[in-house]
Amino acid sequence: MSLLSDLPIGGRAKVIGVAGADSVGVRLLEMGLIPGVEVHLLGTAPLGDPLEFELRGYRLSLRRSEAARVEVEVD
Amino acid sequence: METASHIAHSPAKALTVALVGNPNTGKSTVFTALAGVRQRVGNYPGVTVEKKIGRANLSGRVVDLIDLPGTYSLAPRSPDEMVTVDVLLGRQADTVRPDSVLCIVDASNLERNLYLVSQALELGLPTVVVLTMVDLAEARGIHVDAARLARQLGVPVVPIAAHRRKGLEPLRAALTKAIDSPRRSDASPFSAEFQREVNDLHVRLNVGGGNTPRFLAERLLLDTSGYIEGDLLRPEDRATREALAAARKRLADAGQPVPAVEAIARYGWAAKVLDRVVTRQTTSATTLSDRIDRVLCHKVLGVLIFIALMFVMFQSIFSWAAPAMDAIDAAKSALVEWIEGASGEPLMEDGPLRSLITSGMIEGVGSVLIFLPQILILFTFIAILEDCGYMARAAYLMDKLMAPIGLSGKSFIPLLSSFACAIPGVMAARVIENRRDRLLTILVAPLMSCSARLPVYTLLIAAFIPGTLLIGTTFGDWEIGIGLQGAAMFAMYLVGIVAAVSMTLVFRRTILKGETPPFVMELPSYKMPSLRVVVSRVVDRGWAFVRRAGTLIFAVMVLVWAATYYPRLDTEESRTLLAEQTELETKIAALAGAGREESPEYAALAERHDEIDKHLAGEQVRNSYLGRAGHWIEPVVEPLGWDWRIGCAAIASFPAREVIVGTLGVLYDLGAEEDEASDTLREKLQNATWDGTGEKVYGVPVALSIMVFFALCCQCAATLAVIKRETNSWRWPAFTFAYMTTLAYFAAMSTYQVASRALG
Repeated sequence: MSLLSDLPIGGRAKVIGVAGADSVGVRLLEMGLIPGVEVHLLGTAPLGDPLEFELRGYRLSLRRSEAARVEVEVD
Repeated sequence: METASHIAHSPAKALTVALVGNPNTGKSTVFTALAGVRQRVGNYPGVTVEKKIGRANLSGRVVDLIDLPGTYSLAPRSPDEMVTVDVLLGRQADTVRPDSVLCIVDASNLERNLYLVSQALELGLPTVVVLTMVDLAEARGIHVDAARLARQLGVPVVPIAAHRRKGLEPLRAALTKAIDSPRRSDASPFSAEFQREVNDLHVRLNVGGGNTPRFLAERLLLDTSGYIEGDLLRPEDRATREALAAARKRLADAGQPVPAVEAIARYGWAAKVLDRVVTRQTTSATTLSDRIDRVLCHKVLGVLIFIALMFVMFQSIFSWAAPAMDAIDAAKSALVEWIEGASGEPLMEDGPLRSLITSGMIEGVGSVLIFLPQILILFTFIAILEDCGYMARAAYLMDKLMAPIGLSGKSFIPLLSSFACAIPGVMAARVIENRRDRLLTILVAPLMSCSARLPVYTLLIAAFIPGTLLIGTTFGDWEIGIGLQGAAMFAMYLVGIVAAVSMTLVFRRTILKGETPPFVMELPSYKMPSLRVVVSRVVDRGWAFVRRAGTLIFAVMVLVWAATYYPRLDTEESRTLLAEQTELETKIAALAGAGREESPEYAALAERHDEIDKHLAGEQVRNSYLGRAGHWIEPVVEPLGWDWRIGCAAIASFPAREVIVGTLGVLYDLGAEEDEASDTLREKLQNATWDGTGEKVYGVPVALSIMVFFALCCQCAATLAVIKRETNSWRWPAFTFAYMTTLAYFAAMSTYQVASRALG
């Protein structure tokens, strides 16, 4: 088990769960980061943060700190 | 019966349709396609949400369309987000409950968009789903079977290409049918246990005859942020809170923990609905959008393109707007000259009414219109960047830079634009959805050194900062390197940036307490911007400025006119001078009659006449309410190193800072036409002395103190008017004014005190 923020560029992982029931946590769920979903790290912004992910056929941007809320299982 | 027949013959009641959809789905395009450009824009009371209503004609029936803000979810966690839900539930006091909902859905991103659809269907209103971006989806190898989707959803699904006006007729037909269909009661995506808990809560909420909708009972159960609880429950309602906690506990024990259960249930539902609806051709994995993205978000290339784009945008507000602004200025002067009769008979005799028209009203209208070129240009850029999908990338690229001071990348463009002018900058802040972050951006935007501060800097730097080179060398007439004057100018920009960063940090810890805003957002696919969308957005913004902020700016300009025009000058000296002028005019007329306009005598008389004019104008202002206020505040501005004239000019420039140059011109008897490049004004300032002494008023410390004051002070009625419009409250412009004036005063005082000691 690891965190979405630790994924290498180009890496893929499956979501296990999101930590926290505050507004960021709920927003992550609403954006589709629920258990079982495949996530693909496409790259980072030129300054190293935020990160660009692909999931459910769309592009999602998350800061490293936000991606660290998501527990994943690396494929 | 008259009443009965009246009812029978009156047209059916006005129908209302609400548009909901995710951000970047082309919702505004659909809205504009249905309603045209004639839209009513306002604000919902008490919040910063824009209320946008248009009128559409559905086969002879007039329908009000409400465009609700783009959102990923109908789960309100703030008063601004609550407005959308309140409108949809008919709980918003000033808006009738919609008869039907139009759900705008991005065909290329169906799964995530269906999350919102699943919430919208629970509202119980007749719903029509509009599929946009169908061509984009096809280009990416995604085919959507709209007919099957409609069957699975149980509501009509209409694919459209709004920018090409395709699919609008079927959409109108579907809407007409939907409006007349009964309210629906949908199968919930949630489990039976969950629905039982919602029902129990719903009953409990309405004990004693309440009418809280079931939708909100469900939100109460799901919302862990505490917002709905605070909105629905009275503080002393312990029993409901306990019941709520118990319900959540039971659900967690049953493996359906709140809040995760909502996302799991809705995405589960979406997967079922989408079964065999979407077919993907797995031919090309990378689309054109991906290839563009690889360049635009590239470590080096992406940054270079971003800087180039920002430079062009910034430069355009500065320089492309200039000809239009000059034209407005010229038109203003021509109109005044025509009325005053500079060449020929005056249209009106001199007097309070003429002065009110020329110096009050024309000046007032001019000072509203003068901002339009910058607003229109900036919003053309922003509308294009937004519509083609780059806006989200700009925020993505800049986020790392903004996050340490508690802002997100979305604040970058509003703040950058404010270096040209805070008005479009403040208006641009509406790309930031979160109210607190938008407010924070708006509060510090006026600290950015805008172009109206330049004349002040130019005049004072040229007059008091020596032109010595700090680093570098001279080749004949050419200077290469950094001079003291350039450094002083740069320092003024730095003062603004440092103040903005510090104030952001202070506000984040005090009045706008909160975490750095999250950056959980979609990066939309790139597409060609639509001309129709861009034009309608630009017109919308320009019109909103003129109508909502313009009236206020106009009123302030008229007030300023009155403060300098009254009381009328009537002293021994002025009467003597006026008598002398009458005499001069007779002599001038005699000379002109004799055809001697070229004679030195004529020139001398005319010069004397002009001199008296300028002196009287100066006397008038010095004796006006404004001039008296200058004297009155002299003790207050003395620690800044200022005399009453500077105080007076500073007061006069509170409505618009650039008028300080003209005001100084009048105060030093040079007339109002002096500009920052004027040598005479520069000399006057260099030689000005304190009243009754030979001591010079100005020096480097005073020049610096004035510049720092102008760098930090909110001397711009237009900015305050726009802040009022954007925040929908007087509180924030009042606060902005108070904090900036205080900051400017103390910063200018420390600058003067430190500089005068350091420079001896």
